[in-house]
Amino acid sequence: MSIIIDTDAVTAALPERIKRFPFPYSSESYRYSANVEPSRKVVMTEAGEWGGRLLDIDEHYLSDVKERGEVLDRDPSRIQVLPHMRPAVWDAIATLLPAMAEENPDSMSFHREGNNCRWWNGLQDLEVEFTIGDDSSLQGGPLRFLGSQIQDDMVFLDQREDALWLDAGLVTFAADWSLGFDTGMKFHEIHGPVPRVLEEKIVSRAEQFLLRLQPGEQYRRTNWTLTIDRRLDTSTETYPNWAPERGTIADDPALPDRVHLRVEVQHLIRLPHSGAILFLVRTYLLSLADIARVPVWREIVGRVLAELPEDMAEYKGISRYRKAASDWLLAT
Amino acid sequence: MTATTLETTVHPAVAGGLLLEVTNVSIQTPSITSIMFRDPSGEPLPPYVPGSHLVVQYGTGANAYSLTGSGSAPFEYTISVLRVEGSAGGSLAMHELAVGDRVHVSRPRSAFAPAANAKHHLLIAAGIGITPVLSHARFAAEWGAAASLIYCYRPGEGAHVAEARELLGQGLTECHNRGSFQEVLTEKLTTQKLGTHLYVCGPAAFMDSVLEQARDLGWPKGLLHSEAFGAADLDEGQPFSVNLARSGIRLEVPAGVSLLETLEKAGKSIPNMCRKGICGECSLSVLRGAPQHRDLYLSDQEKAENTTMMCCVSRSLDEELELDL
Repeated sequence: MSIIIDTDAVTAALPERIKRFPFPYSSESYRYSANVEPSRKVVMTEAGEWGGRLLDIDEHYLSDVKERGEVLDRDPSRIQVLPHMRPAVWDAIATLLPAMAEENPDSMSFHREGNNCRWWNGLQDLEVEFTIGDDSSLQGGPLRFLGSQIQDDMVFLDQREDALWLDAGLVTFAADWSLGFDTGMKFHEIHGPVPRVLEEKIVSRAEQFLLRLQPGEQYRRTNWTLTIDRRLDTSTETYPNWAPERGTIADDPALPDRVHLRVEVQHLIRLPHSGAILFLVRTYLLSLADIARVPVWREIVGRVLAELPEDMAEYKGISRYRKAASDWLLAT
Repeated sequence: MTATTLETTVHPAVAGGLLLEVTNVSIQTPSITSIMFRDPSGEPLPPYVPGSHLVVQYGTGANAYSLTGSGSAPFEYTISVLRVEGSAGGSLAMHELAVGDRVHVSRPRSAFAPAANAKHHLLIAAGIGITPVLSHARFAAEWGAAASLIYCYRPGEGAHVAEARELLGQGLTECHNRGSFQEVLTEKLTTQKLGTHLYVCGPAAFMDSVLEQARDLGWPKGLLHSEAFGAADLDEGQPFSVNLARSGIRLEVPAGVSLLETLEKAGKSIPNMCRKGICGECSLSVLRGAPQHRDLYLSDQEKAENTTMMCCVSRSLDEELELDL
């Protein structure tokens, strides 16, 4: 006897956080690859779709930007701007705010005359005027301001000597890394700790791709890990706050609700005027209990976690509980 | 409107670009003319990186010209063109453009960007080579970066001289003959502060000479920049044909059109993501013939085996390839 599930009826009832989740796997095993594709391409999933916008705004918008502000108040080192990256930061403002206004015409608008700009954000009941190039015209400085308008983290790379260098950024929701530590490093050095990717030349290929991006071009890729609870700030700086739970979660009956699949949608943008490379990193967290509401996802995530090679699981920090997670997902 | 408007076919080099209207033509010198383009509906144009160039179509050809603005929030693109008698025809066609003409142009492409972390920008130009470094000088002025310019031109043949004087003030040195230029160059090359980047544009022999002297005086390669049109682009390549073994059809791949595009036009659906030779999605099996590998995905060994190719960027060394399709 077989049970026929009415898929349409199941997905129609799913909440937005599941329907719009950027499910990252295309098969039942996962390896690193330079999985880039043009931005704004809509991807259909078993639950719905994602990817139609450059800057996604969802139900967490106000709470995410509020949390970012609190992190920055506690730890200003999450913003780094080497002096030569000032034009790149302003270029990002002049690029992202108009894009956001275009994607959300009912709640946002951007007007520019010369270097004088006016930004309205109805979701925040905010209207500001500022001058491109004048850091004092935006409270807290241009990068902090931009970080208060989008949910994405930002990393800026400068291109010189045929290489890319991480020379600025605002990263409050890092997945176990530190912007302050990496600032000033080369693209290759930043990826040094990631297993397999140097040997497989994935980093070289990715860097070559970025070096050849023309101004104005926008691509994207996804990356993933697991995080316990819906915790956005898992940076190295706050390691003691979140890391110990990785040793106890396997035996926690609340594991399906607490363990979250953490997916980053990373946009790779060559800024049009400064020529700097901007990485936007938008973090999505969905609990395994939510994942399991989509039968195909439940199966794929279970198998990916079970099959993942140990060095990759170790690097992702999930080796002590990935079996418990996959066992729960694959239990029928 | 003159006969040079609206070409019937769009040149591959400007495909996906813009259709702009000539809004001003001004004489810089007896042989150099500046041409300004705008969007016909008055929309802002894409910003560009200082030192970028624009490919402009004329007749059946297309030429690249440096943009002279800073690239910040532009409403117009301006190029300055030297009339070259006996050339392929691009410069003469540009000199015939009149206000109201419409031209197909590419999006601006960057191949001569300023170094963001330079402590000082030493700009060196001869003749029409002023155009990209003028763009650099404007950007430096807008962001308060230190810049100086040695501008070498024949008396009466200097383009944009007044603007250069206004932008650079004491930072501008004008030279009218080889002897005085050589003197200034030697002095500048030996007295720069640490962290100065050098940018040179002009005739090939002029650029080679400046770069060679700089290297001889100990300038590291990473501080030296010269304008090279089209360096960021893959060339359009030679035409070739493909024989699709399983489908039993044969297709011609013209110059400037990728194998992937050719297959798509023929109704073949090929999985692909980046279309830039990086992601590896559009891999095809080669049964016969040697591909001209231009991707970044395959290893050197895989490329040597010639059994796989990335159809988004790679072409053929042989006249025909046979594919497992």
